[in-house]
Amino acid sequence: MKRREFIQTAAAGAVLPVLLNGFPVAAYGQENAVLAALVNTSIQTDRVLVLVQLNGGNDGLNMVIPLDQYSGLMTARPDIAIPQAQVLPLTTLTGLHPAMTGVKSLYDNGKIGVVQSVGYPNPNFSHFRATDIWTSASDSNVTWNTGWAGRYLDGEFPGFPTGYPSTQNPDPLAITVGSVVSNCVQGPAVNMGMAIASTSSFYQLLTGTVDTAPNTPAGHELTFIRQVVQQTQVYTTAIQRAARAASNLSPMWPTAGQNALADQLKIVAQLIAGGLQTRIYCVNLGGFDTHALQVPATGSTATGTHATLLGKVSQAVEAFQDDLRRLGVQDRVVGLTFSEFGRRIKANSGKGTDHGAAAPLLVFGTSVNPRIHGQNVQVPANAGVNDNVPMQYDFRSVYASILQDWFSVPAATLSALFGRAFPYVPVLRAGVATGTTAAADVNVPNFSVYPNPVRERATITFDADGGHVQVLLFDGTGREISRLADRALPRGPQQLPLDATALAAGTYYCHVQEGSRLSTRLVVVE
Amino acid sequence: MDRRAFLRKPASALTAPAAVPAGPLVPQTDPPGETLSPYANKTLPVLPRTNAGLAAYAGPWGTAQAAHLLRRCLFGPTRAQLAAAASSTLSQVLTTLLTAPATPAPPVNVSATDTSVAIGQTWVTQAFDQNFEGVRRSALRAWWLGQLLQGSTLQGKMWLFWHNHFVVELADINDARYGYHYAELLRGQALGNVKQLCKDVTVAPAMLRYLNGNQSTATAPNENYGRELLELFTVGKGPLIGTGNYTNYTEADVQAAAKVLTGWRDNATTIAGYYTASRHDTTVKQFSGAFQNQAIPNGGDQEYKTLVDMIFGQAETARHLVRKLYRWFVYYVIDATTEQNIIQPLATQLQQNGYNIGPVLRTLLASEHFFDAVNVGCYIKSPLDFSLGLLRQLEVAQPTSANVAQQYAVWDYFNGLTNLQQQYLGDPPNVAGWPAYWQTPQFNELWINAVTLPRRTQVSDALLTSTGVTRSGFQLIVDPVAWAQSLPAATAQDPNLLIQAFVDVLMPFALTTSQLAYLNDTLLPGLPDFEWTDEWNQYLAAPTNTAKKNAVATKLRALLKAMLSQAEYQLS
Repeated sequence: MKRREFIQTAAAGAVLPVLLNGFPVAAYGQENAVLAALVNTSIQTDRVLVLVQLNGGNDGLNMVIPLDQYSGLMTARPDIAIPQAQVLPLTTLTGLHPAMTGVKSLYDNGKIGVVQSVGYPNPNFSHFRATDIWTSASDSNVTWNTGWAGRYLDGEFPGFPTGYPSTQNPDPLAITVGSVVSNCVQGPAVNMGMAIASTSSFYQLLTGTVDTAPNTPAGHELTFIRQVVQQTQVYTTAIQRAARAASNLSPMWPTAGQNALADQLKIVAQLIAGGLQTRIYCVNLGGFDTHALQVPATGSTATGTHATLLGKVSQAVEAFQDDLRRLGVQDRVVGLTFSEFGRRIKANSGKGTDHGAAAPLLVFGTSVNPRIHGQNVQVPANAGVNDNVPMQYDFRSVYASILQDWFSVPAATLSALFGRAFPYVPVLRAGVATGTTAAADVNVPNFSVYPNPVRERATITFDADGGHVQVLLFDGTGREISRLADRALPRGPQQLPLDATALAAGTYYCHVQEGSRLSTRLVVVE
Repeated sequence: MDRRAFLRKPASALTAPAAVPAGPLVPQTDPPGETLSPYANKTLPVLPRTNAGLAAYAGPWGTAQAAHLLRRCLFGPTRAQLAAAASSTLSQVLTTLLTAPATPAPPVNVSATDTSVAIGQTWVTQAFDQNFEGVRRSALRAWWLGQLLQGSTLQGKMWLFWHNHFVVELADINDARYGYHYAELLRGQALGNVKQLCKDVTVAPAMLRYLNGNQSTATAPNENYGRELLELFTVGKGPLIGTGNYTNYTEADVQAAAKVLTGWRDNATTIAGYYTASRHDTTVKQFSGAFQNQAIPNGGDQEYKTLVDMIFGQAETARHLVRKLYRWFVYYVIDATTEQNIIQPLATQLQQNGYNIGPVLRTLLASEHFFDAVNVGCYIKSPLDFSLGLLRQLEVAQPTSANVAQQYAVWDYFNGLTNLQQQYLGDPPNVAGWPAYWQTPQFNELWINAVTLPRRTQVSDALLTSTGVTRSGFQLIVDPVAWAQSLPAATAQDPNLLIQAFVDVLMPFALTTSQLAYLNDTLLPGLPDFEWTDEWNQYLAAPTNTAKKNAVATKLRALLKAMLSQAEYQLS
């Protein structure tokens, strides 16, 4: 679709500095920005983080496939499940959708990490609200008006946009490519990202052209205003300079217009290689809201709408990594995919899936820990219509761990950015990280729930390592039912009682996490 | 006061060659950076115009036509006003537009600084006090903007037109009571008789002070008012065709006019102009061939009327006024066809009906020419068009007169914003008015440059945040959910109909398919249309659920922000 022909004419919108949503106004004055620039308080880094948003809610169960759950899968989604023989195996237990050959190849080359079942307690099934939760990193029942990456950048570059661009910071702090201006980089006063609304507007920016208007008085004035709009984009010169300094090198990029995500990432690769100091790039691909016919009405379930989407993700990320390697900047870049939610375990009657809860996300780059974090989704033997994939990892754990390891954000700052501390997940390789410990054992040792199925009472046992332990019980829809522990426990064997007398019969998940170790058990209450 | 030094006056558009270089303008305040866009016209654009004349428009009448008319006649028509107009006839709409509303209550005191009257009481008849002048002037300016914001007839646009025509600067006259008297004079004749208005303005205390008429005596006549009367307010300056001869008047005519006007002073107690016979030049004033060599004998305190009548007897006065009206309501380019088909016949009508403005506006605004496609959407909004239109069209709730302090604080805030955008109500940059209406070849394009455009966007962005802007405890905020909810249910729940409803109100003409697709993707990033219906109906089913409301509010704000940042939104 050739959209966005006129977007690059969107006025550069700096918001009045009085509009700091609940943040102390005094902290954002121009003097402070000047002072901050003088003393250079921001952490110097040439590292780049790329956020790939998959709009619509990606069906994670058909992307990262639990090979040990096929019986449950075929029962829950016989019309849409991928034939087991076609799954691209990552490990003996876990595989990928067959359309994701590029991701499979990257995984085999140590450039992909998979984080299983990422979500948050009490999932929301509204696209809008769930997107706001993922981009703001708020709790499910709280509304935050800023984005998580926007808060991070605001802390690093106080006072933005007053005094920017400057000699110290000549480049955009963040860039959003694509039609959706990402709320991830929404700061307290303004969006910290420069919006390049389309690939065509990017190339217009480089050439200083604007959309053609009709040869009428209205068209004459429209062109005039569009030219002024383009002129007011303060980062035009910086973008042009970077684009001139580097050209894409990979032959793997698809033809322009074939893969919107690839077209966006191609620009990102060029700008990174061209020396732009931008830290965060946001790109997106839409169409994941696959309520109906995510697989073809007839023919192989390994093809169709969802396969095409995953194929685009795979192709785009593979070409991006290849280009970054050829451009010599691959070690400076990591990226991750996310979607506002996964989809229901059970398929609907229209060969589609409805809004769900947790889903896997992919982390990519030469610096990622190239493994599968967490356990396979445990698919109930007879999944009900409302059964959801429960979370294993809170998405804020992933965000915070990347900020910590990639941008050296201290723990206290992370707690401030996300409202509290979240358990660390070693999605980046040990050694890449600055001042962090190597990845520990990923499983909580000796974790069991007994008896299971539970009639009235059961006992949860596991070994603690002497740190802060969370023991949570979720129902099948992902709702947090009880918080059995959220405190420091002594090192050694632990036993916690589980009272099921008040619980309705059904499927539940018991989730134990201590630091980077995390395990989940499916619990059936009779 | 001699303002010759920094003035660049409007020349007759047709006859004057582009002799005045497009040099930098002198702004009232010094914004950082440019004051003239490098992309603005270097020469007057040569564009397709229309041969359509003043015959009554008889084409289709619907939302698009009603919107074109109301956009040019109001400071941003609301959705309700557009709907009402579309379901009436053009003639009915014009009758309503041309009906002057009742006289508004005068501005009131909202500051503890002014101890002459209580808060909420008017100061316009109180004694002058320099200590109170600042807060009174702010109150007057706020009140004026408030009247424009609340108006729903052509009176508001014409009130501003006359302010831009018979210019007075409140900062110069330094008496807000004079300012109110002046503003009321303009408002009262806004849709009335321009010849009478010219007479009244000539001896208004504000004008006597502004252009030094109050210093003009038989022994030392001050030419300032006489010159502006001819050069700017009436016949206008034509090409220089001889020493001191500007075609439509001569330097000798300026001197003769000055003599006619000697003897007038302003009285700060009565807030009126008054005549002193002993200061008046009683000789016969001889005018040039431009005025058919007429002579005006001594007429005492009535003599100025004879002068005004003589000037308004000139066809060029009517043409000059009609050209200004054309540029105010249609477009700034007046080609030879337009001069012949529009300006000349309208000028004839104006002169023949004794200079009543209403019928002339009716002819123009009901014409085939006005509704011709080439004249739609080509008008760059002035800062007041933009800012008041934003408040009106997005239906930003306003404080009421029950709390005048809040009300005036909000109006005052918007005066500050439009001032930053280079249009300060009450203080045009000089006696020629805002250059956007006369400076060739840029005209309207002077409103927009790399400094002023972001300032406009800042205003809309601020009102579109989730917290809006608070002034004196009153929150100014766009409530896009309420706006959408006021639409028919079937429209609000369909994303494309909903977008079109916003476009119909906010945009000057239809958007392209790709633009609409972009807006759809802003509302529904990567999602199919039915998800809007789903989210919207979920909100309607639980309207007190904050999360559900926020979900749709966030998307609607993103949509509006995308729309308002389009170049199209700057056009009317």
